[in-house]
Amino acid sequence: MTDSGGRKIGDVLLKVDNISLAFGGVRALNDVSFDIRAHEIRAIIGPNGAGKSSMLNVINGFYHPQKGTITFRDIARTDIGPYDAASRGIARTFQNIALFRGMSTLDNIMTGRLLKMKRNLLWQALYWGPAKAEEMEHRAAAERIIDFLEIQAIRKVPVGRLPYGLQKRVELGRALASEPDLLLLDEPMAGMNVEEKEDMCRFILDVNDEFGTTIALIEHDMGVVMDISDRVVVLDYGKKIADGTPDEVRGDQAVIDAYLGVSH
Amino acid sequence: MGFFFEVLFGGFLAGVLYALVALGFVLIFKASGVFNFAQGAMVLFAALSLVRLMEWMPIPLALLASVAIMIVFALAVERLVLRPLVNQEGIILFMATIGVSYFLDGFAQTVWGSEIYKLDIGLPNEPVMILESVFDGGVLVNTFDLAAAAIAGVLVLVLAIFFQKTRIGRALRAVADDHQAAQSVGIPLRDIWVIVWSTSGIVALVAGIVWGSALGVQFSIALVALKALPVLILGGFTSVPGAIIGGLIIGAGEKLAEVFIGPCFGGGIETWFGYVLALLFLLVRPQGLFGERIIERV
Amino acid sequence: MLYREAGQFKTTYGDDQAIFPIRQDRWGIAIVLAIAFVVLPAVATPYFVTSIMIPFLIYALAAIGLNLLTGYCGQVSLGTGGFMAVGAYAAYNFAVRVPELNLIVVFLLAGGMAALVGVVFGVPSLRIKGFYLAVATLAAQFFLDWAFSRIKWFTNYTPSGSVAAPPLDLFGIAINTPDRRYYLILTIVVVMALAAKNLVRGRVGRSWMAIRDMDIAAEIIGIRPWRAKLSAFAVSSFYIGIAGALWAFLHLGAWEPLAFDINRSFTLLFMVIIGGLGSIVGCFFGAAFILMVPLALNQIPLALGMPLSTAMISHLEFMIFGALIVFFLIVEPHGLARLWGLGKEKLRLWPFPH
Repeated sequence: MTDSGGRKIGDVLLKVDNISLAFGGVRALNDVSFDIRAHEIRAIIGPNGAGKSSMLNVINGFYHPQKGTITFRDIARTDIGPYDAASRGIARTFQNIALFRGMSTLDNIMTGRLLKMKRNLLWQALYWGPAKAEEMEHRAAAERIIDFLEIQAIRKVPVGRLPYGLQKRVELGRALASEPDLLLLDEPMAGMNVEEKEDMCRFILDVNDEFGTTIALIEHDMGVVMDISDRVVVLDYGKKIADGTPDEVRGDQAVIDAYLGVSH
Repeated sequence: MGFFFEVLFGGFLAGVLYALVALGFVLIFKASGVFNFAQGAMVLFAALSLVRLMEWMPIPLALLASVAIMIVFALAVERLVLRPLVNQEGIILFMATIGVSYFLDGFAQTVWGSEIYKLDIGLPNEPVMILESVFDGGVLVNTFDLAAAAIAGVLVLVLAIFFQKTRIGRALRAVADDHQAAQSVGIPLRDIWVIVWSTSGIVALVAGIVWGSALGVQFSIALVALKALPVLILGGFTSVPGAIIGGLIIGAGEKLAEVFIGPCFGGGIETWFGYVLALLFLLVRPQGLFGERIIERV
Repeated sequence: MLYREAGQFKTTYGDDQAIFPIRQDRWGIAIVLAIAFVVLPAVATPYFVTSIMIPFLIYALAAIGLNLLTGYCGQVSLGTGGFMAVGAYAAYNFAVRVPELNLIVVFLLAGGMAALVGVVFGVPSLRIKGFYLAVATLAAQFFLDWAFSRIKWFTNYTPSGSVAAPPLDLFGIAINTPDRRYYLILTIVVVMALAAKNLVRGRVGRSWMAIRDMDIAAEIIGIRPWRAKLSAFAVSSFYIGIAGALWAFLHLGAWEPLAFDINRSFTLLFMVIIGGLGSIVGCFFGAAFILMVPLALNQIPLALGMPLSTAMISHLEFMIFGALIVFFLIVEPHGLARLWGLGKEKLRLWPFPH
């Protein structure tokens, strides 16, 4: 599969098989299976409460499904911690911004590099020689992301003081800083105005294009979803009801019913 | 065997005292989510007020005046501490109450003096033998212990009725469940805070009376109240029965440990036994015996 | 006009991330150090050095330790006094039982022991947060208080339970005058404050602050909470332990467990809150401030000709500390350090604020 931009969509990067997740008696996900291919932009959509965020939480190890397996880069597992997911190359953003509010934009982005920094505590306390070199190397990497996202001006500003749209951008920057293979975006455009949405769309496409990062995103704005994603999976009441290209999904009767609220 | 029960009953008495302090914590935590570190200082302040006022007026009047003082204190806390810190994180409020606790310790002693004052409001205090038919020689208890237990029982009953049956009590429970929801249906949060801190002040007064009658009213009351903290951990921060049962477990546990295990370690282990007990419990069940489980979300 | 960065261009990331990126600040710190190392010992009375400067520096060091844990990693601790006691008694036992040890090694070992104990009592932080954890650290305070007064081995079986530091010497120089003690403490505090600053502006500090600000998100970007929290407990207790050893050996000389009781824990927490949570320089401000309150309470009424009783001074101290804590939490949770920063912002723009 290729698309117009000349990106090469590769093999399956992540495969979700028969995932079921329940909280107490409430079923959040029910036997959901789909896959994500390398370098593609994959959207997960569905009405409120369909289980989209739960799906992301399962993929990055925050929720532990009762049943099913997740295969990431050919390694299958049912249960994993968030740290393991991160260290194997899965990064994400959150529906409700989860930045470190007491830290500056630069420091937030630098936290995305933490997994790659190795110097121990004593070197850190000296802040000299190899420790300083390491710090500078990662600072340079963080600066590349700051340039890419055009947030140079707010580098030293505590993120708590930034407007909402910029906070979303910083959060994307923090996820990118870890140079992930798979980037999970939970409603990256929620609450944004048209201009901010356009910017965010551009960044997502550029990330995908320039870094080749595979992206799975949840989004409510159907226009955006249909525009930028390669394939779409639709959830409703914790079940998968459709999976395919934007055009296929758009015409699917089950999807139309789900969004119009036809009773089952 | 009789000796074991004497130690156990002694422990239960201490437990009732801890429970009385813990109750005050629970009331405030339930209604406002504030971990009130100043509860111990409130016990000291209430007891000092009462004992010094009793030098000037008859007991019933002194009691009423002390209640009034605790209500004024609640008003002051709401106005000067809670209102400016509304919507702050719990830990900031917690540290603020440490400040309140320091202030109140100093204030109470500046105003009322810092000697040891004997408090006698006529609680019975004489040794009696019970369970003579069960054990050889029976078990020696003090009527004061029984009176303290009775007071605690009545207090819990009154609070239960207050929460379940009165309009204000129902409003308090609504606030405890959801601050914003309570506000949106027209329950004034500030009034609720004043009421709950006043109630807690009155509970502190009762605790102060029992403590003060047993030990004399003195600064150490504020410190002994720190013993109520492990009770909270054990019982859960939001549970009234938890405070009572937790108090009894900690009280009995530390006295038994002191008497039967303490000598192996050089004694004095009751200063930390309750904490360590609570801590171990915490590792197994972080929400306490009766607390609600917290589910984390992102 | 004098204080601004215009014209000072940074050409490397290293310059940009320096502790004092502005030239005037570098001058400022050089002057402060010159006063501390040269001017002060030359002009100050022994009373000023022993009763004010030495406790101030040691308090500042302990406050840095607590601030690393509470201000940077977000874990409130009420067990600081207990960890100071570990440092003090560890130093005592190493110095008495292994007299050959160099004094610096003794202090490092004392810090190491405190770090170890800190990690043990930090384990509950993996399950619990906030005031639950604060209560758990109280357990450390009470347990350690008890251990040092009841377990005779720690006090080397001295009958009174009170212990005294052995005669101290460092590389053959006897540390027996106020000036020598002052220099030793000052050097240790400067080095350790610098190391703390380095820690908090690098990888370790960022992982602590991430845990503080949002622990769930921190884990999801690949910070292992147990590592961040326990390392914070370890480093914090190391600092506090060394402060405890200095306090015992160089300030008190002879002491009993009461010197490290729960009031010490609260005093240090107050220093951190007033100085500024999450600020190294704030620890110095906080320590100075808290030390000055009782001095002022003593001196001002005396100067006015109406001296207060000791009991009254102590009660007033409680009231003032309590009121100040509430005041700072309401008005400026980042404490004096933030006010200092704001002052510098203003100065940068002065006299043309637009």
